[in-house]
Amino acid sequence: MQLYDMPDARGHFGQYGGTFVAETLVEALEELRVMYDKYRHDPEFLAEFHYDLKHFVGRPSPIYHAKRLSDKVGGAQIYLKREDLNHTGAHKINNTIGQALLAKRMGKPRVIAETGAGQHGVATATIAARLGLECVVYMGSEDVKRQAPNVFRMKLLGATVVPVESGSKTLKDALNEAMRDWVTNVHNTFYIIGTVAGPHPYPMMVRDFQSVIGVEAKEQMMEMVGHQPDAVVACVGGGSNAMGIFYPYIDVPNVRLIGVEAAGHGIESGMHAAPLTANSPVGVLHGNRTYLMQDADGQIIETHSVSAGLDYPGVGPEHAWLKDIKRAEYVAITDDEAMAAFHNLCRTEGIIPALESSHALAYAEKLAKTMSKDQIVLVNLSGRGDKDINTVAKLANITL
Amino acid sequence: MSRIQSTFSTLKQQGKTALIPYITAGDPHPKHTVNLMHTLVKHGADMIELGVPFSDPMADGPVIQRASERALVHKVGLTAVLDMVKEFRQTDQKTPIILMGYANPIEAIGATVFADRAKAADVDGVITVDYPPEECGDFVKALRSRDIDPVFLLSPTTEPTRVDLIVSQASGFIYYVSLKGVTGAANLNIEEVSKRVASIRQQTDLPVGVGFGIRDAATAQATAAIADAVVVGSRMVQVIEASNDDNLLDNVSALMTELKTAVDAAKK
Repeated sequence: MQLYDMPDARGHFGQYGGTFVAETLVEALEELRVMYDKYRHDPEFLAEFHYDLKHFVGRPSPIYHAKRLSDKVGGAQIYLKREDLNHTGAHKINNTIGQALLAKRMGKPRVIAETGAGQHGVATATIAARLGLECVVYMGSEDVKRQAPNVFRMKLLGATVVPVESGSKTLKDALNEAMRDWVTNVHNTFYIIGTVAGPHPYPMMVRDFQSVIGVEAKEQMMEMVGHQPDAVVACVGGGSNAMGIFYPYIDVPNVRLIGVEAAGHGIESGMHAAPLTANSPVGVLHGNRTYLMQDADGQIIETHSVSAGLDYPGVGPEHAWLKDIKRAEYVAITDDEAMAAFHNLCRTEGIIPALESSHALAYAEKLAKTMSKDQIVLVNLSGRGDKDINTVAKLANITL
Repeated sequence: MSRIQSTFSTLKQQGKTALIPYITAGDPHPKHTVNLMHTLVKHGADMIELGVPFSDPMADGPVIQRASERALVHKVGLTAVLDMVKEFRQTDQKTPIILMGYANPIEAIGATVFADRAKAADVDGVITVDYPPEECGDFVKALRSRDIDPVFLLSPTTEPTRVDLIVSQASGFIYYVSLKGVTGAANLNIEEVSKRVASIRQQTDLPVGVGFGIRDAATAQATAAIADAVVVGSRMVQVIEASNDDNLLDNVSALMTELKTAVDAAKK
């Protein structure tokens, strides 16, 4: 029986979530809410969704026992949920397929998306090409420079990439610009949000589409070891891969759920992207109420992380809720710790992880050391690291 | 009766439409804001909409985004804006001031504290772009119990059933956003706006102001003929952006004179 039953009808997770948008978008969100309610349990819609997950994405993604890594760390056994093996290289595609199928049913010929590192942009451009939808991706001009290969990938897939010059020129500004596009073109446009943030119903809908990760993991763990892991660890920027693997475990007792934020140069330095760990004040941004990195005037402050995908000042409202009710724990990992875990996985397991996922790996190593050899830590390996090789090379002063 | 309500009722007796210019507080520099406000009044502003700078102005086009960024260079936040209103009030106790901004700066100090401080500064109305009525019940109560008018936006996409909900929460006036899009967008369709304003009037006795897309004498005059108030934002900010310290007040006066003449010439 499902005991956990969030959000409420208007998208609130306790005091978090909600629908904080300009009036022009209220009707569009209402339309989306009604359509999603209609299709979320519709057998035909779900069949189409799962068909694509299987044949287009390659699901189920395997769970892999990282034995050499576990031995090296010494302690609990580390298992990896291999979202890095999905088509387009990350968990992002699960959600974009769900939303794009919804866009098609709603008769919207144009989809837009925001992207930071470019993974959600690529995943949106991919499904847009597959379904014949026009696709526009907003990306901060700083990120366009840092993530040139993903920009080119999106263009190859037929998307228009719009560099955003306003504000800090990163993910949050790309989200602002996508909102501005949506408010202007709301009649023919579906906004595919990439994470469990934004106004209701996005946090719930993105979680539902991503929860395929946790649903599979529960079955796979039973098959592999006959019981559930002692802890599930996932990185949290906006928090979609973490919600995807956490959600089916919320009602399972004795499974610790641990979200790993980006501590950047360290929480105490102020140069981080860890609103939950730092206990940032609660505020309103991008349509929902959540923990938010801001100054005393309520201006959003700049964040820092080596990983563009975690570089976001807020966090999905359901994570805020899970923190408050203490069902999930939130910790943070610095740039340096994440880099060490990145290299460790490359060398011991032959897997190049995304820098985002490397944060989860780094914490899993710390945690495993404190546990016994017969215990299990399951890490959501949310993406592969090919996109990050330029960043990693630059940090090592290597010119590719 | 609030200052906003009495201003509208006086104008109505005179058969006139209110002209409401918008400026972002602290743009181009905080030292100009109070002077600019007095200049706006001197040249025909019936009320002033004063923008509270925010780091992430999602509903604003590039012109007002840049105004916010210019103000934020000087760290102009909600507290500084309220101080500017206080200073303005030292010599003008008559002109209604309506703050326009986003929810987070208000949430940062809390709805009740904000309402107290706004009252102390003698603010008349507050527009909060990303506070739809469903999400801001306590905030509306805090404002109304202090005789500050919560002003709500209606958009071309607002269904009639929602209009009922919104007008039940609003006081002072209703702000009809004349087009889908962000501030500063073009393509004002006056015929459509006219139809919508007429239909809104069936659902409320509150005055109806119209903004977004009003850029010159022609659009101001056409809008003034159908609305109780004409709001001019991006055009005003563009003039400020294109000015220097020496010609700023002159340029703003010239635009105000042009708009005021047009609004007063409208046939109701």
